[in-house]
Amino acid sequence: MPDDIRVLIRSNLDIVKARQEGRALAARTGFSATDVTLIATAISELARNIVSYARQGEIVLGVVESANAKGVTIISRDSGPGIRSIDDAMRDGYSTSGGLGLGLPGVRRLVDEFIIESVLGRGTVVRVTKWLR
Amino acid sequence: MTKDEIFAEATSVYDNYVEALATGTFEALQSYSRNLSERIIPRGVETHEVVGIVLLLRDVLARSLFAKYQGDFTKLNRILDAYEPAANRIANTVAVGFVQERERVIRQQQEAIRELSTPVLQVRERLLILPIIGVIDPQRARQLTEQLLRGIRTNRAKVVVIDITGVAAMDATVANHLVQTVEASRLLGATVIVTGLSPEIAQTIVNIGVDLGKMNTVGDLQGGIEQAERLLGYKVVPAGEAAAAA
Amino acid sequence: MEVPILKQGRYLIATIQAALSDEDLLQFRRALLDRVIQFRSRGVVVDVTALDVMDSFATRTLRDITYMIRLRGADTVIVGIQPEVAFAMVQLGLTLEGVATALDLEEGLAHLEQRARSSS
Repeated sequence: MPDDIRVLIRSNLDIVKARQEGRALAARTGFSATDVTLIATAISELARNIVSYARQGEIVLGVVESANAKGVTIISRDSGPGIRSIDDAMRDGYSTSGGLGLGLPGVRRLVDEFIIESVLGRGTVVRVTKWLR
Repeated sequence: MTKDEIFAEATSVYDNYVEALATGTFEALQSYSRNLSERIIPRGVETHEVVGIVLLLRDVLARSLFAKYQGDFTKLNRILDAYEPAANRIANTVAVGFVQERERVIRQQQEAIRELSTPVLQVRERLLILPIIGVIDPQRARQLTEQLLRGIRTNRAKVVVIDITGVAAMDATVANHLVQTVEASRLLGATVIVTGLSPEIAQTIVNIGVDLGKMNTVGDLQGGIEQAERLLGYKVVPAGEAAAAA
Repeated sequence: MEVPILKQGRYLIATIQAALSDEDLLQFRRALLDRVIQFRSRGVVVDVTALDVMDSFATRTLRDITYMIRLRGADTVIVGIQPEVAFAMVQLGLTLEGVATALDLEEGLAHLEQRARSSS
């Protein structure tokens, strides 16, 4: 998609940038104040995972449109160590970096669609979508 | 509809029809059908009636073309080639316009009903009551939470009583929403008291792993309000006793 | 970006004015603890009205600040969490358990006063 917004994530300073971009995009797309905050929070968590586990990667933000719906999609991509067990990572309370371990299951609750792919030693891609209703 | 009204409507439908056929543009027809729909939907006109009228007009016009050009078959064929797709598109435009308008009205009504069904009431300074009645789906639960949180901020509420006496059943998802509402209210600095919790709903909440001991629950609404008043430092005594004490 | 910390009697008031990076937050934690020790403060109000997102890191840092200040014998109250932010936090599972919260600065100070009265 040509209008995608790409934010390189190399340090925690980029987390703030990514969620500001996401906030602006969500507001432009017509999301309510609450949804804009949910989207910004999801971006913050995804970008934080990149910094904590993979050191660097990118967040790509875009608008998706289907026949009768419009939404915002967030792709988080890194070439870090990958996740050994996605089942474990999606369980509340699981963490390998000493954090609260609420990252991914929490993000899933903030959005409507959540897809994760990870290959050990190759990296992780998370793609989430929030629909305008 | 009265006879005059039907005649007036039929005339403007006809005029629009002819215009669409003559110019090949449908904007005027679209706005006319929207306008027509806005006028007749509140009167309870059904989809089949509108579609029926448009189709009838289409057939009447087709018959008149037959009558006029029946002597020249080639010409009639050419005319019908042009007429049929245009006439169908006209019928389609009017019907779609009608249905869209109706959907918009229904959405609006749903919205209004939802707003009505989740009133956030201020009964005293800094005390809000949220009586929930009926069936709660996740969408309504979410709207309810958002309304309450905004209400807490605008009314500077310190205590909130959520009364769920009127809620017959609650699945795990909605119970989860209720717990989240309580937690989010606390983050804003308000204490939540839940009243009217039926044993079944209490069981659901325990089943999703919530420690009911951490939730402030009181049997009924009256008890809840009394506790809220105590938390706010009010002391309610009958007027006679207050006078005697003074 | 530095977070201004004001001293008001026995209390400290810290007002976060914009989205903070992780470093800013950690720097704020150090500065606030230093002040609590320096002024022997009894209570701290942290005003987060300006924060439009409270993610897991921000929440964890605020909770840690509260616990560390408690070890110095002082109370902390977080004020000004926005309705949308609170909604997002609970969806994420961040409930700031064990941390006092209040609507705004005024309420936060009233809360500290009440705590001081009930403990003396």
